[in-house]
Amino acid sequence: MNQPGLWEALRGIVWRDLLLAMRRRSDVAISVLFLVIVASLFPLGVGPEPAVLRTIAAGVLWVAALLACLLSLGRVFTADYLDGVLEQMLLIPQPLPVLVTGKVFAHWVVSGLPIVLLSPLLGLQFGLEGEALGTLILSLLLGTPTLSMIGSIGAALVLGVRGSGLLVALLVLPLYVPVLIFGAGAVTSSMAGVGGEANLSLLGACLVLSLFFAPWATAAALRIALE
Amino acid sequence: MVYWKSVSDFLEMGGYGLYVWTSFIITALCMVWELLALWRRRVAALAESRGITRSLG
Amino acid sequence: MKINWSKYSAPLAFYPLAGKMIPWFGTVAALTIAVGLYIGLLVAPTDFQQGEAYRIIFVHVPAAWMSMFLYVVMAGWAAVGLGLNARLSFMMTQAIAPTGAMFTFLALVTGAMWGKPTWGAWWVWDARLTSELILLFQYAGVMLLRTSIDDQRRADRASGVCALVGVVNIPIIYFSVQWWNTLHQGASVSMTAAPKMATIMLTGMLLMTFGFWMYSLAVILSRVRCVILERESLQLWSKPSSVAEAVEVR
Repeated sequence: MNQPGLWEALRGIVWRDLLLAMRRRSDVAISVLFLVIVASLFPLGVGPEPAVLRTIAAGVLWVAALLACLLSLGRVFTADYLDGVLEQMLLIPQPLPVLVTGKVFAHWVVSGLPIVLLSPLLGLQFGLEGEALGTLILSLLLGTPTLSMIGSIGAALVLGVRGSGLLVALLVLPLYVPVLIFGAGAVTSSMAGVGGEANLSLLGACLVLSLFFAPWATAAALRIALE
Repeated sequence: MVYWKSVSDFLEMGGYGLYVWTSFIITALCMVWELLALWRRRVAALAESRGITRSLG
Repeated sequence: MKINWSKYSAPLAFYPLAGKMIPWFGTVAALTIAVGLYIGLLVAPTDFQQGEAYRIIFVHVPAAWMSMFLYVVMAGWAAVGLGLNARLSFMMTQAIAPTGAMFTFLALVTGAMWGKPTWGAWWVWDARLTSELILLFQYAGVMLLRTSIDDQRRADRASGVCALVGVVNIPIIYFSVQWWNTLHQGASVSMTAAPKMATIMLTGMLLMTFGFWMYSLAVILSRVRCVILERESLQLWSKPSSVAEAVEVR
């Protein structure tokens, strides 16, 4: 039998995961809806003054995105773990970190990308305009894949563990802190007129770093969970 | 050699006594608590393993 | 004298060895901490900028140093355990975490006690404070992950990976918060502007640090003995010499 190459295996996994996600669209809708609701709660709590809202916009939207990402982490591996597909995946001759990257990418398309696409709308709710709005979108575009990559480590570690939903939050949120700082910092500094380039490039560095290391850590965690 | 002139000076710590002494006391309490917890854990572990050996006969 | 180290990598062989070391480390810890406290609280002169509140650093700085040092050591044992598949290494990881978390907690509390009179605030979002707080969360994560997994081997390895990932995170957080603080100029407090320390103060601080280090060694070794007892009591009690030793120590 002809073995599929690395690239084909990767494409196959991404395609399969996207197809499965499309069959369960409500899952995606829930985490997007969660983001909108959380972001809408803040003006109700803080008050409607536009100046106040604009100063907290970057932080609130980024924290909301962080939580939405966290909420969706359970979906990365759980279904495959329960029906045994994950165990089969460990036996595939292609290196596991590459397959993990494919799964995480598919997960990002389903749960991270909607956040990025929705962010201009939420930004407008908080009175962000022009360059700041653009920086928000760009920072989320660079930051949410990092969140998915880092989150996959935690998701793999708590696979099948009781109380995994809360545990994964405790494990992953400390690792999210730098991304939050750079992401919200980019928006804040572009609003202050300094330009968000420095923070955006740091976000990019985080993304590269996580693309490099997270798949290996996740693969190790998956092997530990399934041995 | 000793810096302080009187005991009350020492306890007052130049007005910062509350902060200084709280810090030192909390540290001491934590360490004592850790030692106590460890001692109790050891007693429990020893009892447990003795139970195991006895049940094995 | 040549010591066969590999012999002691077996938990059962390590158990009596640790038992012999604990009293030494404990005694040294008690003595150094006593001398350190004597110098720090009684002999050292006051600091002209901060007044007597500076004496908090005699517990604060050693606790903060130990909290970070112990995390690195813990991650190091986790790496050894994952690499060599050694049970004792994971037991060390398990034994270090609570003491490390305690020192992190102490560093945070005494930091607040120092910050209130010096800065006028219990808490500032400074790079060191924030990293220390995140460090506490990471200790909690490592410990909770271990207790949530029932399978011993998986618990060991999963919390090991968790500790290793965290060790990368702390420096990144430190530098990112520092970067972040330069953006928010208004809130930043200069902590690095510490004046040159008098030799006597430095001596006291280093003595306290050494004492805390020895304390940690004694506590961690005795905790590792508890862990060995809990996990391997069957094998332990089948060895008559260990039984005698365990009873005797108690």
